[in-house]
Amino acid sequence: MIEVRGLTKRYGAEKAVDGISFDVEHGEILGFLGPNGAGKTTTMKVITCYLPPTEGSVLVDGLDVTRDALAVRRRIGYLPEHTPLYGEMTVFDYLTFVADVRGIPGPEIPRRIGVMAEVCGLGEVLAKRIETLSKGYRQRVGIAQAIIHDPPILILDEPTSGLDPNQIAEIRDLIRSLGKEKTVILSTHILSEVEASCDRVLIINRGRLVADGAPSELQAHAVGGQRIRFGVQAANGAVEEVLARWGRARILDRETDGDGSVLFDLLSETSDDLRPELFHLAVDQGWVLTELHHRQIDLEDVFRRLTTEAAPA
Amino acid sequence: MKTTWTLAKRELNAAFDSPTAYVVLIAFLLIVGWFFSNTLFLSNVASLRTVFDLAPLIFMFFVPAVTMATFAEERRAGTLELLLTMPVRDRHVILGKLMAVTMLLWSAIGLTVIYALTLAVLGDPDSGAVAGGYFGLMLLALSYGAIGIFASSLTRNQIVAFILGFAIIFTLFMMDKVTEFLPGSLAGILEYLSIDYHYRNLLRGVIDSRDVLYYLSVTLFAGLLTAYNLARRPE
Ligand SMILES: Nc1ncnc2c1ncn2[C@@H]1O[C@H](COP(=O)(O)OP(=O)(O)OP(=O)(O)O)[C@@H](O)[C@H]1O
Ligand SMILES: [Mg+2]
Repeated sequence: MIEVRGLTKRYGAEKAVDGISFDVEHGEILGFLGPNGAGKTTTMKVITCYLPPTEGSVLVDGLDVTRDALAVRRRIGYLPEHTPLYGEMTVFDYLTFVADVRGIPGPEIPRRIGVMAEVCGLGEVLAKRIETLSKGYRQRVGIAQAIIHDPPILILDEPTSGLDPNQIAEIRDLIRSLGKEKTVILSTHILSEVEASCDRVLIINRGRLVADGAPSELQAHAVGGQRIRFGVQAANGAVEEVLARWGRARILDRETDGDGSVLFDLLSETSDDLRPELFHLAVDQGWVLTELHHRQIDLEDVFRRLTTEAAPA
Repeated sequence: MKTTWTLAKRELNAAFDSPTAYVVLIAFLLIVGWFFSNTLFLSNVASLRTVFDLAPLIFMFFVPAVTMATFAEERRAGTLELLLTMPVRDRHVILGKLMAVTMLLWSAIGLTVIYALTLAVLGDPDSGAVAGGYFGLMLLALSYGAIGIFASSLTRNQIVAFILGFAIIFTLFMMDKVTEFLPGSLAGILEYLSIDYHYRNLLRGVIDSRDVLYYLSVTLFAGLLTAYNLARRPE
């Protein structure tokens, strides 16, 4: 349905997207995951025919985004980051405008808007000006404008950012129900989101694809490594340096406890049990061990491992 | 064509939803009316001549005010991205905006017909000059509008768009005012490039295709520059 081949996008000298390739199958809900500036938005802008690729190609239903831009755009509904909308228009007028530009025949527009109002829960706000709406409702208007022409492909850039937990749950339900018949690509920073909504995740970091698979697959993939919680009370404060010199696990996080102990979240690449080594290390250094246990590896660990280790040396 | 009209309609609705359009129309009518009645009562001349003479200067401020939001605001709000990912070509978007701006400016010009009618009742104006003047004014508004839209596409800031639009129009207007200091051939070129030079030709009531062509070329050129700039997909 969507084929991305060796896509590179440069802004001036900077490569925002660097040789990404992937396919999206019909009916899939695909999540783009990556830290700020990873290139998620840029990739979406190329697929939606807003930006031309610098190198590589993107095909949508076999149509090239540079050569058949209009045909590709007709198949796609797009919600850009930050949900840009015309604030001075009412929801009804705005949706009428989009339907009109999208080429929906005039007599059918009110019926389509009725459907949108129902699907996206916009019934009560149709007559309100968009600038007076809450963030959650704006987001629904954004989704409504993206699906008003019933496109087979839906591209949503951070559809739940800035929403409260109830609204996030509602928008997720909406996306899941839309995903039953549509191909959906969404981007997010929120790991629980891809676990909740996506069939497949692409993790992007610094413009490169670092992982591609179902959330459960990625988790299984990471089981090779371990996550260890390690806490000590040390008279000398040099715990971090000692751990770095030891070098068997990476420090993900460091916090200090009220009783003067330092707590570390460690991530190792190997499947060996590192706890005995850590115990001996603490004994050698004269530290008082306060915590030492394994933790369940979750998608967050996979994400953090993949997006921190790829830093240029 | 239908798309262009849909886009133009949204633009016009936005203008008439806010005070902008009314302020522009009424202010233009009042300023023109003031000059008109001045000539009529103070110098006892029943003529639209002062009105036509001043219109290019008044438009120099008005048109950038009307066009400053066109692209700058869409860039700032991010709605341009949404627009350009719908099945429309960039040129439809530009044409839609130009159509809306031109319709608004031509309505402003149309309102001054009440002064022309007053004249027809009071005296016996030179109808050829009046027709030529209106025709020139409409062409002038069209090309100013296209320039203003181009200026608006260069920035996300409406105030900057206004200043840029004013500066470009002012430069084109002044072209033939500096020719005294220049050698003949260069002076001829500058004169040909001047917005005001062609307008004064039309004011004489003689409609020369070269003058018409000039305004259409300026409009087209500004449109092409806008298209070129949009194709870069500025943030
Ligand atoms: N118009 C632009 N001009 C220059 N550089 C840009 C432009 N847009 C994006 N970039 C750069 O390209 C890189 C990728 O940006 P992009 O917006 O695609 O990231 P993202 O993954 O969507 O990030 P976020 O999670 O913050 O939305 C960043 O380094 C960004 O600074
Ligand atoms: Mg982004």
